[in-house]
Amino acid sequence: MIKAVVNISLKAGVLDSQGKAVHHALDSLHFNGVEDVRVGKQIILKLDESDKTKAMTQVTKMCEELLANTVIEDYDIELS
Amino acid sequence: MKVTILQFPGTNCEYDTQYAFEKLGATTEILWHKAKEVPSNTDLLVVAGGFSYGDYLRSGAIAKFSPVMKAVTTYANNGGKVLGICNGFQVLTEARLLPGALKRNNGLHFISKHHHLKVINNDNLFLKELECGDVVNIPIAHHDGNYYIDADGLKDLEANNQILLRYTDAEGGTKNPNGSVESIAGVCNKNKNVFGLMPHPERAMERLLGSDDGIKMLKGFF
Repeated sequence: MIKAVVNISLKAGVLDSQGKAVHHALDSLHFNGVEDVRVGKQIILKLDESDKTKAMTQVTKMCEELLANTVIEDYDIELS
Repeated sequence: MKVTILQFPGTNCEYDTQYAFEKLGATTEILWHKAKEVPSNTDLLVVAGGFSYGDYLRSGAIAKFSPVMKAVTTYANNGGKVLGICNGFQVLTEARLLPGALKRNNGLHFISKHHHLKVINNDNLFLKELECGDVVNIPIAHHDGNYYIDADGLKDLEANNQILLRYTDAEGGTKNPNGSVESIAGVCNKNKNVFGLMPHPERAMERLLGSDDGIKMLKGFF
């Protein structure tokens, strides 16, 4: 079994208003050293598959078709 | 005039939409998302507003895989007229029948109020009853209405007169409630048979309820 962790975040250059709000909140709590905050989502999949190449192909397809909206979002896949 | 209105689990504007089009003299049919075909006598297909599939993952992301959406795509690609209102607009962008995407409002709040919109292009069926520069007062009610398109996409929209409406103040001046690119409230596809907007013209059919400016918009389809 392969575990796939998919991290999805807004593309660089697309304003992340949630990230901005969290950044402001951190500022107001006096965490002053934070340069930037991006908020994303994580989707964890358990795959009935042992071949990592096949798993990567499959999860990439899932991201392109459903998990991410590639007009505004980037995705990153980690397999273990 | 036959208007077919799509209904997904979580759709909640189908009856308002039905009321609006029947008030203008259309016959209507509400079509459950499991249908595999668009009724052949359909003159206009409306993807109504609401929260299809609870807005899970992203607004409109799950609805695009409903059985009926294959038929909707075929219908649209064959030149059929499609109108997506609010969640319907989100569904149509997710299904790539319209360019761009709808992001969370910049202020992060759900916004529900009347808002003014300016007509940007009227060389299309939807807004032909209005003049360019006309300002209409139409309710908005959304959490993810922040229209995004990249710079190249925006150029295409402008070059092909695909921007339908922009958010403005009552005088037509700049006022953007949700952060959308260039204050865009509605767009159409290149062929001008698929239309999408975040505001709700079907909720602006009675002066008593704040505005009847929606009549002029929906009448364009007749």
